[in-house]
Amino acid sequence: MTDYLRPRSIEEAAEMIAAHPEFMKLAGATDLMVDAKHKRVPAGIVDLWRVPGMVGIAETDRGIVIRAGATWLDVQRHPAIATRWAPLAAAAREIGALQIQARGTLGGNVGTSSPVGDSLPVLLALDAELELASIRGVRRVPYREFCVGYRKTALAADELIIAAHLPSPSPHARLGWRKVGTRRAQSISKVMGAAAIELIDGTVASARVALGAIADRPIRIAAVEAAVTGLQARHAAEAARAALRTAIAPIDDIRSTSVYRRTVAENLVARFFTDLT
Amino acid sequence: MKLELTVNGEARDADVNPWKRLLDVLRDDLRLTGTKEGCGEGECGACTVLLDGEVANSCMVAAGQCHGRTVTTVEGLATGDVLNAVQRALLRCGGAQCGICTPGIAVCASHVVEHKLLESDDPRARVRELLAGNICRCTGYQLIVDAVIEAARELS
Amino acid sequence: MHRPVGSSLPRVDGVAKVTGRARYLDDLDAPGAWHGATVRSNVAHGRLVGFDRDPSVDWSQVVIATAADIPGKNAIALIEDDQPALVPVGGITMHHDEALALIAAPTRALAFAAMRAMKPKIEPLPAIFTVEDSLATKQLLYGADNVFKQFLIRKGHASDAEFEAAIARATHVIDERYYTSPQEQMYIEPQAMMAEWADDGRCYIVGSMQCPYYVHKAMKVLLGCDGDGVVITQSVTGGGFGGKEEYPSMLAAHVAVLAKRAGRAVKMTYDRDEDLAATTKRHPAWTHHRLAVDAAGEIVAIDVDCVMDGGAYLTLSPVVLSRGVLHAAGPYRCPVVRVRGRVVATNHPPHGAFRGFGAPQTTFPYERQIQKLARLRGEDPLELRKRLALRSGDTTATGQLLGFSVGTDEVLGAIEARLGPKPVSTDRKKRGRGFAFYFHGAGFTGSGEQRLAGKCTLAALPDGRFEVRSSSTDIGQGALTIFTQIAAQGLGVDPERICVIEPKTSLVPDSGPTVASRTCMVVGGLVEKCALELRDHLAANDGVLEVTKQYEPPPGISFDDATYTGSAYPVYGWAACLVDVAVDVDTFEVAIERCVHAVDVGKAINPMIVKGQIEGGTLQALGWALLENVIYKDGKVANATMTNCIVPTFADCPELETITVEVPYPFGPSGAKGVGEIPMDGPAAAVANAVEDALGVACDSLPISPESLQRSLS
Repeated sequence: MTDYLRPRSIEEAAEMIAAHPEFMKLAGATDLMVDAKHKRVPAGIVDLWRVPGMVGIAETDRGIVIRAGATWLDVQRHPAIATRWAPLAAAAREIGALQIQARGTLGGNVGTSSPVGDSLPVLLALDAELELASIRGVRRVPYREFCVGYRKTALAADELIIAAHLPSPSPHARLGWRKVGTRRAQSISKVMGAAAIELIDGTVASARVALGAIADRPIRIAAVEAAVTGLQARHAAEAARAALRTAIAPIDDIRSTSVYRRTVAENLVARFFTDLT
Repeated sequence: MKLELTVNGEARDADVNPWKRLLDVLRDDLRLTGTKEGCGEGECGACTVLLDGEVANSCMVAAGQCHGRTVTTVEGLATGDVLNAVQRALLRCGGAQCGICTPGIAVCASHVVEHKLLESDDPRARVRELLAGNICRCTGYQLIVDAVIEAARELS
Repeated sequence: MHRPVGSSLPRVDGVAKVTGRARYLDDLDAPGAWHGATVRSNVAHGRLVGFDRDPSVDWSQVVIATAADIPGKNAIALIEDDQPALVPVGGITMHHDEALALIAAPTRALAFAAMRAMKPKIEPLPAIFTVEDSLATKQLLYGADNVFKQFLIRKGHASDAEFEAAIARATHVIDERYYTSPQEQMYIEPQAMMAEWADDGRCYIVGSMQCPYYVHKAMKVLLGCDGDGVVITQSVTGGGFGGKEEYPSMLAAHVAVLAKRAGRAVKMTYDRDEDLAATTKRHPAWTHHRLAVDAAGEIVAIDVDCVMDGGAYLTLSPVVLSRGVLHAAGPYRCPVVRVRGRVVATNHPPHGAFRGFGAPQTTFPYERQIQKLARLRGEDPLELRKRLALRSGDTTATGQLLGFSVGTDEVLGAIEARLGPKPVSTDRKKRGRGFAFYFHGAGFTGSGEQRLAGKCTLAALPDGRFEVRSSSTDIGQGALTIFTQIAAQGLGVDPERICVIEPKTSLVPDSGPTVASRTCMVVGGLVEKCALELRDHLAANDGVLEVTKQYEPPPGISFDDATYTGSAYPVYGWAACLVDVAVDVDTFEVAIERCVHAVDVGKAINPMIVKGQIEGGTLQALGWALLENVIYKDGKVANATMTNCIVPTFADCPELETITVEVPYPFGPSGAKGVGEIPMDGPAAAVANAVEDALGVACDSLPISPESLQRSLS
């Protein structure tokens, strides 16, 4: 018989996972219970669904805090996210469909950090920082340092993700997002692009450009960011396209081809810059 | 564990492993077979139920997670023999053919209609977005969209 | 209700379905039933040596069945008996995921655990996966040449030399090659079956199926019993589309053998991945098409050579190929036609029945060719079709003189009336428009219906109700409801007094299978005849309370199976489709912005149900065009999950504009002919034609994926 634990606070959750690091950390279960009928029965479950202190979304003077237990429905329905962090709201609307959006959580997407995780390129482009907790205390890790390989993260066995902090975008920032999936809804991504581009007097002052489903993990494209910084907006698209060409090496799989992913990634990134003008 | 939950307004319990899928609890332990399994991987939506008032694929909810919670299945949509607005519209508009996806569609559409989630410039497009997690292979969806729009109109 | 026929009566099984009360196989109460699981081949071709059983499983808790436990002949009897129910030890497995052994256990979880713990030992043999390797007999899998079946149709010539001479007289020959991909039926209820041996010695089998008498026939052979020894009942069935035409006999064999071994009822429900890996799909097809025209733009000759991959066993491939070749020349006037078709053996899982049954595979090529002809001549594609289309008085490729119920002008006119503005491209979206026009024979081919001799019974019950007894199944297409309407109309009674009983072979006559767009036209026709005759008996008060009718062909219908000439079908449905697309220049994704589909069904017995049939078939065709596919890797289905073997969602489907056209068939019930399959035939070509119109690149292979367009445009 599987043990089942339902913590009533973050502190209790941290204690439970420290005591039972082998237990499954389960929240919305939209990834961990795919084909559950044929999965190995876990020794125990620590149920992180709606743990007090891990739900809710709050604006601060520096940005917004999205608690790990917030669902994608919570994210897309939040008025500030819909206006100021619009790519995240858009990504939330494209994750699975309503059933998945109502159960899947930010913490789950981040914790799994699949290369096709739909929110992850947006978190990279919006420079999100994760807040992690354990009985040893609380620490913060930028998301760009969190995912370290194929479905591998910097989360320690006794840690849990409790929130993502998104800074307020610069008033000069233009944000972009596009998911290309196998179909229009309920789809696995083939290519995703997200960008936050600071445009001052027609010049790209800074840029964060991220791609998903293109490598073993969601990635920022430093080469593109460097190539466009300081350029006039009208020259940025071609520079971005050229820089991207040697920066990625996508794979063939049953959902798409390497050459398609490469071409579309270039088109999406170039489009973020042509849309500036 | 002894699972206690409210299903379609009634207190129910079952002695189950907490890892058991809610779908199996409903079908095997509570003998509510209206909720269907089409894929077991959260793709088809045939197993859609309401969990604490939100839609969920019951193939991807662990029994333990339902302890103390409220579940509504297709069996809970009608009041006695009186169908709800979505069920009536599905019948009238031809929105059910083979019927295997119909319970999931009826649950999801009832939720969408009752919470007035369709209010927008293009309600038909909203139906298509909100029901995209329910796959139907028979209808081409058109008559289901008709039915959901009719039900929403009836309730507004 | 005065005139039930023609009214949109809500489905008679509708309340049960919208409330969740309808009981599908897996919902049935079966106290004490055990669960079955199937040990499958993990190679595409090889000799089964035996099994390794993992000692960690308590094997005393389960029952194992192998080929040695089959009481009769180890074959799934259909057209030929080449497919075993279980590969015997020492025998050859011909495809990946072929059934080798069976396990029954008190719980499904234990059955599956034991199944995984029973590892087949197989000595691999070289396998072949392409039709080229099959035709070159790189491995001999069937007969002397790997060809399951071939057909040759000749019209207007006696020899290949004469035919080539006709081609040589043309001013233009459009000579192209096409590929249509395999397709999964993706009924939402996976295959499911249950069997129990009763004290009376009979085997009772109930399950999800289209054709109870196909299962009955197969079980008589497999169990070695006579017709009374086995009783087959269809349970409420969650979709079929051809996928539950022949394959249910396999499950029936398995549960029957397991139930005998276990001495109790055994139920088997496939998981989705198992269903995707092991069951039949639409045949992939490669077609070489030559369309020869003269200077005036008249077609002077058509040459079609189609090769289909039948997979590892013959199953229904000859019949699929037959329908494919009979439709391959299209609904166009042409004096000289040659159609060659072959279906060959490979080590893929067997391909089988799927809505359209070969016709979609040959419709796609001819409607691409017509599009190319319009481009070549700079002629409006709709006008071109109007100019060349078959009409009453013309002859088809088999020399059938068309008389009644030719809906050409009606369906093309309906599309023309709904043209609307041509779609306009922007810098981000390239837009285009495509058409297709096609026909589909209703009922079995040639003299098939006479051979089938389908029967139906209508009886007056003591309580004032009437009982329809037929083996036609309702698989969602509405058979229960339309039979109710036809019977009520014929008897002149309220539909509430009609009861269509469950298809159970001990209670209903063999009406033939639920396939081939024949249920309404052929069996519905029998219901109508029964009703009219019974009404007369009741009026005469002559004591006759039950009438059984058997199919009789309309006058003047004859077909020569040896030469493939004559009346291939008693009547055809006709359809035309308009599709507008927008192609995203960044992502090459194709969005269907409009789909107008006009389909001639003779008479819509229930207009709402007919609309649902057309729209369901249309979306399956649009999905086949753009995003559905079955990917084989070394003979194994590589995308055997619903996540990767995708079908359209609500969001992928445009608002469908459906026009039901009624050009009555004098020998159908109230004029009705077939509707089930024709909507699947043409929309894929309309999509390809629209994408070509938008981008200027040819789309001659399915699916028209963003990846394929990216390749074409680079």
